[in-house]
Amino acid sequence: MDKTAVFDEMWGQDERLRDPYVGFQEWFQGEDVARLRAKQREADTLFRLTGITFNVYGRAEAEERLIPFDIIPRIISGPEWARLSRGIEQRVRAINAFIHDIYHKQEIVKAGRIPQEMISRNDAFLPQMIGVAPPGGIYTHIVGIDLVRTGPGEFYVLEDNARTPSGVSYMLENRETMLQMFPELFSRNRVQPVQTYPTDLRQSLAACAPACTEGKPVVAVLTPGIYNSAYFEHAFLADQMGVELVEGHDLRVVDGRVAMRTTRGYTPIDVLYRRVDDDFLDPLNFNPDSQLGVPGIMDVYRAGNITIANAPGTGIADDKAIYSYMPEIVEFYTGERPLLRNVPTFRCSEADDLAYVLDNLADLVVKEVHGSGGYGMLIGPTASKKELAAFRAKLKARPGNYIAQPTLSLSTVPIFSRQGLAPRHVDLRPFVLASPKGIRVTPGGLTRVALKKGSLVVNSSQGGGTKDTWVLED
Amino acid sequence: MRLKIQHATEYRFDQPVSYGLQQLRKTPKTSPQQHIISWQTRVENGQKELSFEDHFHNTVELISFARNATALSVISEGEVELTDTSGVIGPHRGPAPLWLFRRQTGLTQAKSGVRAFLRDVGADGGLEGLHDLASAIRSSVRYEIGASHPGWSAEDVLEAGAGVCQDHTHVFLSCARELGVPARYVSGYLMLDDRTVQDAMHAWAEAHVEGLGWVGFDISNGISPDARYVRVATGLDYGDASPVSGLRVGGDGELLDVRIDVAQQ
Repeated sequence: MDKTAVFDEMWGQDERLRDPYVGFQEWFQGEDVARLRAKQREADTLFRLTGITFNVYGRAEAEERLIPFDIIPRIISGPEWARLSRGIEQRVRAINAFIHDIYHKQEIVKAGRIPQEMISRNDAFLPQMIGVAPPGGIYTHIVGIDLVRTGPGEFYVLEDNARTPSGVSYMLENRETMLQMFPELFSRNRVQPVQTYPTDLRQSLAACAPACTEGKPVVAVLTPGIYNSAYFEHAFLADQMGVELVEGHDLRVVDGRVAMRTTRGYTPIDVLYRRVDDDFLDPLNFNPDSQLGVPGIMDVYRAGNITIANAPGTGIADDKAIYSYMPEIVEFYTGERPLLRNVPTFRCSEADDLAYVLDNLADLVVKEVHGSGGYGMLIGPTASKKELAAFRAKLKARPGNYIAQPTLSLSTVPIFSRQGLAPRHVDLRPFVLASPKGIRVTPGGLTRVALKKGSLVVNSSQGGGTKDTWVLED
Repeated sequence: MRLKIQHATEYRFDQPVSYGLQQLRKTPKTSPQQHIISWQTRVENGQKELSFEDHFHNTVELISFARNATALSVISEGEVELTDTSGVIGPHRGPAPLWLFRRQTGLTQAKSGVRAFLRDVGADGGLEGLHDLASAIRSSVRYEIGASHPGWSAEDVLEAGAGVCQDHTHVFLSCARELGVPARYVSGYLMLDDRTVQDAMHAWAEAHVEGLGWVGFDISNGISPDARYVRVATGLDYGDASPVSGLRVGGDGELLDVRIDVAQQ
């Protein structure tokens, strides 16, 4: 990759300090490196303790599950964010309209904007959702839109997460840690708060309560349990929202509602923020072997007596093959030009695209249509000849299983390395809440950073870390 | 023709059921060839929790067992007025899109057995071809109660060469879909000419034929459904349309008694 083309969010392309970082730079120059090093260690300890305080992990486990945190914030200006969040809001509006359409009249298919096979041959299409009208008309209540940046005003959506996006607890903890360690930084810089997220989440979920709700909506978080890798987040969010954290065996169908066992008997739940995948949600309707779900919850849902957030079957909108149609989807449902760019995507299921991909493999990123976590992907420019050959064979064997994209020149943000500030590639996952009252994008999100020099893979499972993400007031 | 139907399902358990649910698809709907005059389902030792309409337009009722029940009765009864439409149900209506009925399921999946059978029959997806297919299945798969297992797939049935109405239907669905024809499973009641008491519901298939819409094929009896057939539920296979699917905790030692009365009024 051409090094000079990389956009650094602090230094731009020409080593001139960018405006959002002016306040930070002044502070940083007055700081002692040894003190910052100590602070970095202190931050690591704080994260470990939080995990243990939440009674989630033992000491050794906390160590193991710790995702590295870098103390240098990533900073986005107010106007930059305003533009970005308008684009995100538009996209989330379109995604909800799309899911509704797919489970009802499929106008977008009839209009010829999406081939029918994209839906009919898609494993993420859930027939049990056909004709279901979720309370408030919302399908994906909590969305994570993964973005990358390539220039001052250039953001691309890399992926939409419409099922159960995780990582919001890192966004909150990262901010909390920064506030504790560097209070002076926040008096110099006016940073938009993210701490209202749990309250916003609760209000947004409550606004989607079903018609049978009596009084203040009862919200609960459904977790697969302590062995789930995101259990900490489930416990954390329930605690921060002040709602019950429940497991499948705490719930059952009582008088046509899903109710949780309490000391005073069974209490009906109005809105269930579930962190259990569709397939495991209901052994009566889906995977009969699931021990994690609630038998009959899908029936209660279809009778309109509970809100499940996110709705089952939302995966149809974040499938990587559907992703390539997002510009059409946004236009079809909003009647507007998409404000956010999609990465140009080659669908290997199509002969012309496949031929191009095979000819240009060394320049492309190839992803599995249903893959996640950065596994099973090929990064052409850094792949060995052997890896390229192996992937070429895979592509020929199952072309429909892959999409390919050009390698983008991801922006960098400084991390605090042994040699001082050093640029590393980042992405961004803002968190979005949707309810009939509107769409709210939390200012900031989760910045994931590839800690290895030159690496473009930011996934924590592959050596990525996180950073606090600032959106300035102006 | 007017039929009076009573369908009683009684369970007894050696051990009490501490918790259990049943999903019932036992409510027929009014459609061009059948008019529901009256219908109701009542439950003893259990409670109706809710009802809804599923994606195949079936009425679904969810019931729960009474706490520590050692018995459960579900009795559905009513009267239906029927018209002979020569098996033609008519145009597809939602909510499920027509393409969904081209999807094979675990029970209908076509592998080498189904494909070889189809080649031998040489039928196409037209009305004639589907009739040929139905009679070929009837002659290849002997009707024999107890010969098959409820979990058998179309492939299993063809291999064994014996089965009941459910098995005939699955083979038909598998073949029709393999030919690109949308097809669905129907569970329902059939008035028999020689007796009123029966011990099981009937099953047949419907295929979507260009120009006619949905058309019924009773493979087991080698005829098109007429005014003796009451459609109760439809789906992609038995799993979608079965009258009862449930789960329970406890309730070991189940004893099941089903009694169906279908009589002309």
